[in-house]
Amino acid sequence: MSRRSWVRPLIAMGLVAVTAVVSACGTSGPGETTSGALKIWALEDPVLNKIENKSIDSFKAGGGNASLETFGNDPYKQRLRVAIGSPQAPDLFFNWGGGNLKEYVDAGKVADLTSVLEENKAVKDAFIPSVLNGAKLGDKYYGVPMRGMQPVLLFFNKKVFSEAGAKPPTTWDELLTAVDTFKAKGITPIALAGTQAWTELMWAEYVLDRVAGPEVFKNIRDKGPEGWKDPAVVESMTKLKDLIDRGAFGSSFASVGYDAGGASTILAQGKAAMHLMGSWEYTNQLDQSPDFVKNGDLGWVAFPSVPGGKGDAGNLVGNVSNFYSATQDSKSLDAAKKFVTTELHKDSYVEALIEAGDVPPVVGAEEKLKKSPNPEYASFIYDLVLDSKNFQLSWDQDLPADDATFMLTQLQEFFLGKVSPQQFVDAVAAR
Amino acid sequence: MPAFGFFALFAVLPMLLVIYLSFTAWDGLGTPALNGGENWSRLLEDSEARASVWRTLVLMVVSWLVQTPIALLIGVWAAGKQRSRAVLSSIFFLPLLLSTAAIALLWQALLEPNFGAFVGGPLFLGDPDIALYTVVLVISWQFIPFHTLLYQGAARAVPPSLYEAATIDGASRVSKFRHITLPQLRYTIVTSSVLMLVGSLTTFDTVLILTNGGPGTATRILPLHMYITGFSGFEMGYASAIAVVLVVLGTALSLAVMRWSGFRQMTSQQEGS
Repeated sequence: MSRRSWVRPLIAMGLVAVTAVVSACGTSGPGETTSGALKIWALEDPVLNKIENKSIDSFKAGGGNASLETFGNDPYKQRLRVAIGSPQAPDLFFNWGGGNLKEYVDAGKVADLTSVLEENKAVKDAFIPSVLNGAKLGDKYYGVPMRGMQPVLLFFNKKVFSEAGAKPPTTWDELLTAVDTFKAKGITPIALAGTQAWTELMWAEYVLDRVAGPEVFKNIRDKGPEGWKDPAVVESMTKLKDLIDRGAFGSSFASVGYDAGGASTILAQGKAAMHLMGSWEYTNQLDQSPDFVKNGDLGWVAFPSVPGGKGDAGNLVGNVSNFYSATQDSKSLDAAKKFVTTELHKDSYVEALIEAGDVPPVVGAEEKLKKSPNPEYASFIYDLVLDSKNFQLSWDQDLPADDATFMLTQLQEFFLGKVSPQQFVDAVAAR
Repeated sequence: MPAFGFFALFAVLPMLLVIYLSFTAWDGLGTPALNGGENWSRLLEDSEARASVWRTLVLMVVSWLVQTPIALLIGVWAAGKQRSRAVLSSIFFLPLLLSTAAIALLWQALLEPNFGAFVGGPLFLGDPDIALYTVVLVISWQFIPFHTLLYQGAARAVPPSLYEAATIDGASRVSKFRHITLPQLRYTIVTSSVLMLVGSLTTFDTVLILTNGGPGTATRILPLHMYITGFSGFEMGYASAIAVVLVVLGTALSLAVMRWSGFRQMTSQQEGS
């Protein structure tokens, strides 16, 4: 789920109209023959779609032909599911890598890009290996990164913290202390947009990683639901339950939404002190509460460490990156391969992403990031990813859709206190 | 004959397809594979499906109980000749002009716990114990005007001579309502009830936008359970089994209401017919 597409419907509709017009102009340009343009599908984003269209222009300048179609988040997943394998399938499609891509690979619908990447060593080496691995299944590569990296960070309101004499938590115990401090002051310690289960999932992901390291989840993903029975899952869920029961998320989180901006706004207004969210939260805040960011009140740290836990404190969870993958049955497979090996690591593309506030997954971008609109923030994320030993894709993207949907439902029940840590494990392990 | 063709193409054919799919495992990719009665035995054991059937029934009954008396009273009142009637009626009918999505978003914003109209009040959409009733209220707010309109039209068709005769006999307003208006509106009540019951059985859009079935699963009614299974979990076969249950429930329900209410005989109580 790209959690940065809370695009207002109107803008979205306008954009679709514009893209439709643009692509219509593009495909009917003079001199084009029947072979057909490369059909590219991506997630809607008013800023990034422009950059993606520019990469298509550059591809055309090099003699190729392509057009971009964009969709909102949920419609995209449904459209893609139905289209893949049909004659309407795109040639290149946007995805999140990991288990989400694996379903399509297992169905034999995705082209293996390993040999292309081996032949073009410069392309392969241009990307940060841990990110490129996000679309590696077994020992084969099925996708090339095409947007920025989006790890989940703990955001906080600096003003609220300094007024309370608290400091941003670096360990679990400090987090608990901070929760008690803010609760005593009548401030919601942590904003949580609980109408959407993926916001709650971020907590479960980080706590399990810090307690037991990344292997426990990898085991669940690779060997099936039995893996949930690892005692570390109950242990980490019990820790999380302790946090919920302390009132860390306040009492009304179950009806606070993210798309409507509820959780972000209470952080900006100082009604809440912290907010665990993907790195897109920065641009979201800049968009919705510009003064809050410009006054320097928005702070961010990596997720606190858990003393005695096996997981490295540098490990990350979130959206590793987004990828373009080619469909196996595409009639323009060679063109698709050419596109992903020529356009996505070009300086102009990388620089445009940086200018838009994204942190592209390419090596040696340190200098370029200084030109970012938010250099301090962009460099923080870049270094965080470079230093991380493991970058776990969001569980709901990394599990098959049916297991992920079931798990998200159980997780919401867990946050409401209707399901205990043990009951959560029993339910998801029995799938 | 053309009507039958359309019915076959757009109602019967999809229905048969869904019945077929309910005996397959299909994740939307590749081709559906027959898996016998697996979806159906799973449905019998699925506690979430059972719970969502129960929620659907609660939603159906409570929204009928809330909507019918209010729509009936306002409708009968609006059929009268009071001076304020036209103005007030047009205010009552306002929700009819709004689209479902607009209504759901409007109420979502109104009931937002931090910025809504009831900050510090009950968590209308956040408390699993009351969220379903909140949904009933929103749906009622949305549909009462429509049913009011039905009752208004029907009440105007009641022959004035009946009331005149009753007045001569010295009947009070209440007994005129009980003994003339209610019996005369009998078939309208049936029509409106069928629309309400079948409508709330298949209500989907309002709940999807308003709560998406949450908090947790507190408002996950059967159609939403089907949608989430089919289009988030991509278990199309199992979702089809749920869809079949919905079709059966809906058909059974409207047949039952028709039978019990004597709607079939279509006897008129009006003079001269």
